[in-house]
Amino acid sequence: MALLEIKNLQVRVEEREILHGLTLTIDAGKVHAIMGPNGSGKSTLSHVIAGKPGYEVTGGEILFKGEDLLAMAPDERAAKGVFLAFQYPVEIPGVATMTFLRTALNAQRKARGEEEYSTPDFLKKVREISKQLNIPQDMLKRGVNVGFSGGEKKRNEVLQMALFQPSLCILDEMDSGLDIDALRIAADGVNALRSPERSMIVITHYQRLLNYIVPDVVHVMSKGRVVKSGGKELALELEASGYAQFEDAA
Amino acid sequence: MNVALVKNDSGPAASSVFAAAQGRLPGAGKVADIRREAFAAFERTGLPHRRIEEWKYTDLRALVREVLPLAGTPDAAALARAKVAIASVAIDGATKIVLVDGVVALELSDLAALPSGVSVRTLRALLDEQSNESRGDLLLTKASDPMLSLNAALATDGVVVTVADGVQLSSPLQLIHVATASKVARYSRSHVLIGQGARAALVENSIAAEGAAAYQANDAAVIWVGDEAALSHVRLMRDATDVVNVSSELFTVGAKSKLSLFNMTSGGAVSRLQAFITLAGEASELIVNGVNLLRDKQHGDMTLVVDHAVPGCTSRENFRAVLDDRAHSVFQGRIIVRQDAQQTDGKMMTRALLLSDEAEADSKPELEIFADDVSCGHGATAGALDDSLLFYLQARGLPEKQAQALLIQAFVGEAIEAIEDDDLRERVIAAAQDWLEARA
Ligand SMILES: Nc1ncnc2c1ncn2[C@@H]1O[C@H](COP(=O)(O)OP(=O)(O)OP(=O)(O)O)[C@@H](O)[C@H]1O
Ligand SMILES: [Mg+2]
Repeated sequence: MALLEIKNLQVRVEEREILHGLTLTIDAGKVHAIMGPNGSGKSTLSHVIAGKPGYEVTGGEILFKGEDLLAMAPDERAAKGVFLAFQYPVEIPGVATMTFLRTALNAQRKARGEEEYSTPDFLKKVREISKQLNIPQDMLKRGVNVGFSGGEKKRNEVLQMALFQPSLCILDEMDSGLDIDALRIAADGVNALRSPERSMIVITHYQRLLNYIVPDVVHVMSKGRVVKSGGKELALELEASGYAQFEDAA
Repeated sequence: MNVALVKNDSGPAASSVFAAAQGRLPGAGKVADIRREAFAAFERTGLPHRRIEEWKYTDLRALVREVLPLAGTPDAAALARAKVAIASVAIDGATKIVLVDGVVALELSDLAALPSGVSVRTLRALLDEQSNESRGDLLLTKASDPMLSLNAALATDGVVVTVADGVQLSSPLQLIHVATASKVARYSRSHVLIGQGARAALVENSIAAEGAAAYQANDAAVIWVGDEAALSHVRLMRDATDVVNVSSELFTVGAKSKLSLFNMTSGGAVSRLQAFITLAGEASELIVNGVNLLRDKQHGDMTLVVDHAVPGCTSRENFRAVLDDRAHSVFQGRIIVRQDAQQTDGKMMTRALLLSDEAEADSKPELEIFADDVSCGHGATAGALDDSLLFYLQARGLPEKQAQALLIQAFVGEAIEAIEDDDLRERVIAAAQDWLEARA
């Protein structure tokens, strides 16, 4: 069954149309990669799915588990299982990472009518996950992402993903800024989350990430549309020949 | 409404208040002379207005308009209401000193069981003593200001607290001002002396008993911090919302000492804390942090005058305002570095968080530097909550108000974290949280 259905999505930013009728369907349990040149609208798409303000949807629709996603506030989408690992995670000074994680997790649980986590249960869970991801405990005592290196910020995104257990994970250039070891650790973390109920959208410029997180489907985006879809071999093809062949198609 | 304005401009309203108060003010002879002179000094300007540079952003003539009659001596019913009110702020284990409508309430205070090395007298008793002539100094200060003059003229009571040399207090002194009456004014003046090598925490609260409204508070504190002493002074101002509170604090800090002052104002229609701080001994450290949490049409002003009179002292001023609706916050910080005060290190930073387009924040930093080997600076920012941070939190499941609250807490936390004592800091955080919850 389709987890996410994007139909003919048209999006404007500041009077300029960025997505020109994008259509994409993602089934439960599948990993889809999206590749495409700079400025083709990949981050825009991920922001619109997560509900970032400032984007005007002028046409089309997004159904998530059959519900109208665009009608929901960003926090409702998160509680329903949408998770965006940001291309550029922000720093939030003065908000301790642990406080943030617990507040967010419990807000999601509360919205779903589930019981809040007790402190010991929560701490145990975070410790387990951070150990897997090689995130030192004292990093979690700092403000959210404050003083984290680029790679540490990305790992912190994967940590949240593992903690919140979303049903749709969107990874926007998770590989940028990660060294080879960090990439492997983060990818292992992501792979550990693969399950028949959980789908992923992996946005990347490089085949290398897809060696670790092997996609079921690869899409090429150009100028605000999906211009080609195929199997994992499409990524290899792109690596060899670049995007020039799609510029006209778009 | 205009009548009051006219009356006030021409004087008779305030002078009749002063005349009517005569029978209730302690101190005869020279003390009474000092009061008359102080009142005359007040009358030269009347309520301070925008043409007086120090009051440019807090025009009391426009905001307040009149000097209300002096509050009466609280009766048993008033004291009973005050007792209920103080329960919400009283700190377990603290030495409480309670002033009700500007008068020390012995029955609500802990003066019978003072920690050793601490003495407390009432201003009223000191001024009324036979040999009171010499105690007129209790009403005099080096700083001159119309509202401070009015306080000297009308101060009804207060306390004189001494912490003896070397005494290390393990629990705070707590000065609680409670208003029980409406449409009246209170004037209190207290003195606190922290002896050489002594260490103390002084908490000051201003609150309203149930039903008290539209009062005016004018409380002054004259505080001496001896050599090698340390004082942490935490003020929590939660007056009723239609109230005027102008507080003045005058500090003199000795050598190798540390003074940490924290003020948070969340109540009052019009509030001002003006602190005049003289660093009079070398190698001392001053830390001032202020928070204004204001909504509706509240007006809050923190005005600091820091005088580096001697070499080698450090001062840090850090102010945060969170402004909703049509609230107006003012920060004025003047740092004076005297010619001899080499190696002065003085910095101030003020930041305002505007939660509404109609809120307003003014800041006026002034550096008056007469020495050449100093490091001084100031900075100011004002802006809304960062949308990208808000979205990040919302995308992680926090509803908008909760996301805002977390960011606001972090913002004021930058000032609150300066409170070293865990218990006091938690109290202040809780008070800020109360304000945030009232928002949601
Ligand atoms: N807030 C904005 N205001 C104006 N234009 C914007 C805004 N956000 C995005 N755009 C434009 O939309 C287009 C798509 O940007 P987007 O960030 O979605 O691209 P991308 O595919 O993620 O690129 P990259 O591979 O470089 O990350 C770009 O031309 C960009 O300049
Ligand atoms: Mg992008």
